[in-house]
Amino acid sequence: MTRFITSSFSHLILLIGILIMVVPVWMIFASSTHTSSMINMNGLQMFVGDSFYENYLRVLLYQGGFFKEITALKMFFNSFIMATGVAILSVVTSLMAAYALVYYRIKYATLLFWIIFITILVPLELRIFPTYSVMAELNLVNSYFGLIVPISASAIATLFFRQFYKTVPDELLESAKLDGANTWRFFVDFLIPLSKTMIVAMLIFMFVFGYNQYLWPLLVTTSEQYWTVVMGLKMMSGSIVHRFAFVMMSMVPPILIIIVLQKHFIKGVFQDK
Amino acid sequence: MKKVQFKSSYSQYLFLAPQLGILLIFLYWPIIQTFRDAFTMQDAFGFGATFVWFDNFLFIFDDPAYFIAFKFTIIYSFVITLITGSIGLLLAVQANNVMHGKSTYKTLLIWPYAIAPAVVGVMANYFFSERFGLLYHLFHELWGFNWYESVFDSYIYVIIAGSWKQISANFIFFLAGLQAIQKSVIEASMIDCKNSFRRFWTITFPLLMPTTFFLIIINITYAFFDTFGIIDTTTIGAPSGETRTLVYKAYMDGFRGLDLGSAGAQSIMMMLIVLVITIFQFRYIEGKIHYN
Repeated sequence: MTRFITSSFSHLILLIGILIMVVPVWMIFASSTHTSSMINMNGLQMFVGDSFYENYLRVLLYQGGFFKEITALKMFFNSFIMATGVAILSVVTSLMAAYALVYYRIKYATLLFWIIFITILVPLELRIFPTYSVMAELNLVNSYFGLIVPISASAIATLFFRQFYKTVPDELLESAKLDGANTWRFFVDFLIPLSKTMIVAMLIFMFVFGYNQYLWPLLVTTSEQYWTVVMGLKMMSGSIVHRFAFVMMSMVPPILIIIVLQKHFIKGVFQDK
Repeated sequence: MKKVQFKSSYSQYLFLAPQLGILLIFLYWPIIQTFRDAFTMQDAFGFGATFVWFDNFLFIFDDPAYFIAFKFTIIYSFVITLITGSIGLLLAVQANNVMHGKSTYKTLLIWPYAIAPAVVGVMANYFFSERFGLLYHLFHELWGFNWYESVFDSYIYVIIAGSWKQISANFIFFLAGLQAIQKSVIEASMIDCKNSFRRFWTITFPLLMPTTFFLIIINITYAFFDTFGIIDTTTIGAPSGETRTLVYKAYMDGFRGLDLGSAGAQSIMMMLIVLVITIFQFRYIEGKIHYN
């Protein structure tokens, strides 16, 4: 009996927690399927209306921005390029750097270690203007390169890969060496397949990180052609229901990725088997 | 370090080069420039800069707005850490308790983690708008809530907006921490202590200490840096700069005011704060917690 009561209590608390998470998003979604005059008269809605297709299609295809040069569809494309670029670039460079740090006897290893890992303490927000002026000097403002690379300058994934490599048994390298594997073969044929879970987790993490960037795209894109979804929220004009629809669509890609790939993400980050 | 390693004169540098190159060009170069900005003063027309020692730092210490932002950032990170940590822990303990539906609960609570702070801010905006904001009207009925004028009310606004999605992150990490505790420890404690409330605080919670301190750092970092998008889409610092974080103020001074010297000095002050927090974590906290 007590078992039943305590477990009902747990379910109740969890249900309240879920409601706090779901209800605000649901209300914005429900409201995004009504007409603006309906919202202006009656406020946010709890139930779905019948303007879903009308509102969402309009938002996706409408030429927005100050110069009417960009559609939401193009912003999604830009965000996708940026997030994928950040994920791949940071994961590949981190995999390699961590490999050198763990599997090589390097001169000045401690110094290199600190040069790489102290950067975790200096997020982009702390060097935003100088980073911009570096980009301007290198002629990289208004380019995908400019959106992607400064965000990929992160050693977080390196830290995770380094921790992971250290748990790989020494025997693996010994036997690989007996098989005649050189450093490149060992890295590609042994270590990368072994790190698959961790790689997927880091790809997800960095993808969401890249997709969710707000301040950097705001600063580094003066041409509307390179606007991303999250920064576009601030830039897009339109009536209230169209803004609701845009907000809803903007959160779909990262949420979908986290929910679908949840198991891999958690497995990698927490290393539970 | 590995016992067996590769010895080579150059190939390790090929592996290091991509990341080191990116870090040097896009991180170290800007950082050096931040220091240069912080110790120089640009003339009004942007033609040159003169070395001014610590003048930029003295200016920000003289600026009451800096202390308002400092005070707000401290309060903000403290309250967000407290709220998201305790709600995240509460939910994680319950999710760890239930026999059925554990993974469903996990899925239903994990997704807000993925939403961008700026998107959360825009959403919060709708709930706190004077025209049709539900929370605005609810709080207005209760105590005359008006975030445009009351500092306290604007704090409530940005705290709710800032805490909402961060509960997810705390939940995920606490749940993982709880699941990592060995069953035998819990079973043994059940024999020794019948009171489940006391059992939690004397056995389980101390074992969660590594997770807790990790999350404190994560939450503080979040409140310091990631909330930029939230502030910029909710109060924009209203009323009169009371809800500006240090990052937000530095950005505004640099961007709107074109005062790169001051922005640089403020960035360096923040680097120092982050450094102090990190050292504090390593020196004092890491030594005092039990790892199982």
